Amino acid sequence: MIIGGIDIIALVATLMAASTPVLLAATGELVAEKSGVLNLGVEGMMIMGAVGGFAAAVSTGSPVLGFAAGAVAGAVLALLFAFLTQVLLSNQVATGLALTLFGLGLSALIGKGFEGIRPPPTAKVPFGPLAEIPGLGRILFSHDWMVYFSLLLVAATWAFLRHSRAGLILRAVGESHDAAHALGYRVVAVRIGALAFGGALAGLGGAYLSLVRVPQWTEGMTAGAGWIALAIVVFASWRAERVLLGAYLFGGITAAQLQLQAAGYAIPVHLLSMAPFVVTIVALVLITALHRQGSQAAPASLGRAFHASS
Amino acid sequence: MITLVKRPAPSRLWAWSTPLLAVLATMIAGGVLFALLGKNPFEAIRTIFWDPLFGPNAAYFRGQLLVKAGPLILIASGLAVGFRAGVWNIGAEGQYVIGAICGASVALAAYPAESGLLFPAMVLAAAIGGWAWGMIPAVLKNRFGVSEILVSLMLVYVAENLLAYMAFGPLKNPQGFGFPGSRNLQQYPAAHNPELIAGTGMHWGVVAALLAVAGAYVLMHRHIAGFRIRVAGEAPRAARFSGVVPARLVAFCLGLSGTPAGLAGLFEVAGPAGQITDSFNAGYGFTAIIVAFLGRLHPIGILLAGLLMALTYIGGDMAQLMLQLPAAAIQVFQGMLLFFLLGFDFLTNYSIRIRGALA
Repeated sequence: MIIGGIDIIALVATLMAASTPVLLAATGELVAEKSGVLNLGVEGMMIMGAVGGFAAAVSTGSPVLGFAAGAVAGAVLALLFAFLTQVLLSNQVATGLALTLFGLGLSALIGKGFEGIRPPPTAKVPFGPLAEIPGLGRILFSHDWMVYFSLLLVAATWAFLRHSRAGLILRAVGESHDAAHALGYRVVAVRIGALAFGGALAGLGGAYLSLVRVPQWTEGMTAGAGWIALAIVVFASWRAERVLLGAYLFGGITAAQLQLQAAGYAIPVHLLSMAPFVVTIVALVLITALHRQGSQAAPASLGRAFHASS
Repeated sequence: MITLVKRPAPSRLWAWSTPLLAVLATMIAGGVLFALLGKNPFEAIRTIFWDPLFGPNAAYFRGQLLVKAGPLILIASGLAVGFRAGVWNIGAEGQYVIGAICGASVALAAYPAESGLLFPAMVLAAAIGGWAWGMIPAVLKNRFGVSEILVSLMLVYVAENLLAYMAFGPLKNPQGFGFPGSRNLQQYPAAHNPELIAGTGMHWGVVAALLAVAGAYVLMHRHIAGFRIRVAGEAPRAARFSGVVPARLVAFCLGLSGTPAGLAGLFEVAGPAGQITDSFNAGYGFTAIIVAFLGRLHPIGILLAGLLMALTYIGGDMAQLMLQLPAAAIQVFQGMLLFFLLGFDFLTNYSIRIRGALA
């Protein structure tokens, strides 16, 4: 099916893979923000995951170990953020920015020796006859295991936040850290855990970029994906199922933009590359305009430092 | 057990000594990093911090110091005002790029003009461009409540793509043999931002930076508006009771930080950089955030911090040349500085008590 020089089936099929990095990062950030911490370092954690995952996969030959290493790299960076903001009570906005600047620099340093190499391929899930269904097979059943794993993670996060006791505690900490503290919950510990989880998912998303999506290591390759992930959390009004929607919407725009470039339209490449960011801004405006009482969706303690006075 | 106890008022002593402590800690951690990269840490630190000022070729490098410090100080002075008020413009890089595009467009449209009014017109265009780019997040924040952090940052990517489009498209040099990039403004006397005193690196951007420092000092420490801005940042409710309109504050702060960023872009493109290319922006807009915090959001502090950060740029280039230190190492170094700075900052607001001795 080809409309205007664009193969629609191919477009929808790439959508799922194109969305996976931001989906993972946004889900991680959602958990962190639900616990009341604004971590603006997603871009930095993603790129560290990208370089860490790539380095590990290339040196061991195993993409699984690569993804694991990417998650660890992201989590380590997130723990650094957690130490500064939760223990030393530094400003979250500034520390998040520092995390991004530091991550971009460090990843470039580590990645020097890994440029121009191809990573080991990530296995596709063999769906057998399902993949043969015309159209649908290519859209739904032609991906690597990370795509399905990321969907599983979103579902698990949704269930955890919505239906588990631990998830309720995490949300309580994010809504009112003073009340949660008074009830005897360990605010700082919960937040450090949430941040580490967020970092691991951002790292996983970064590793997906360098191991599957591109697939190779180039300096600064996340190119704003971390910031888009942050915007998606706002767009999703801090709800896991809407994060999925937002990430796929964004993935769709990225994929469509690339297809338009490939189809050879007379639109300058750079103006097309601008599209995801412009659309993200427009989406943010629309969503906050729709909820005029918008800010109610955000966790009430988001971005505020917690210091137990007694 | 070690606990932090909030000080009744921030410690003045620590407020000014934490930046020094952070620089020291960064040198130590940086030394470890350089050692891990197989370089002699003492030699590397000396190459970065000492040789550009007092080494054999210092005469040349001292001039470069002002060239690099100028845009950093100019941008950071504006940003600091917003940060004080709790308005987070982190998109100065975008405003810088737009200022450069607007200013250069005026010059290139008038090519080959000889009028003495051209340069002032470019400055005006850049100021308006930077201001307007800063007003986008302000308007979206005030009208719709969208986070200015996210919008200003997204607009950096929009601006960078616009820059690349301009360099390959409308602003491309028609006599450039098909190479991307605009005409070189250094060979266009009416549009050139020259070195004002030979060998010092002093150009109009540096003059503007010094004016910005003076202006920011008067605004923040000698004027009621500055007092209100500081109150708004530290106690938003109290500020509202005293008549500060939050929307007006947001617009004021974003406009005030966008304008100097746009100007910095123009002075750079018309001076040291010379032409619009897809990669002429060197990340000054982001480094300026570090400068603002390193200078403790105080104009005089920013002046010193800008010079120090410029030194790490020049020293980094030198270390790259002499010791083959990767360019990214200096970026890590700057990132670490901000980390240490924010980390040590707790000493200003909290005192450390070792409990157990009392109980």
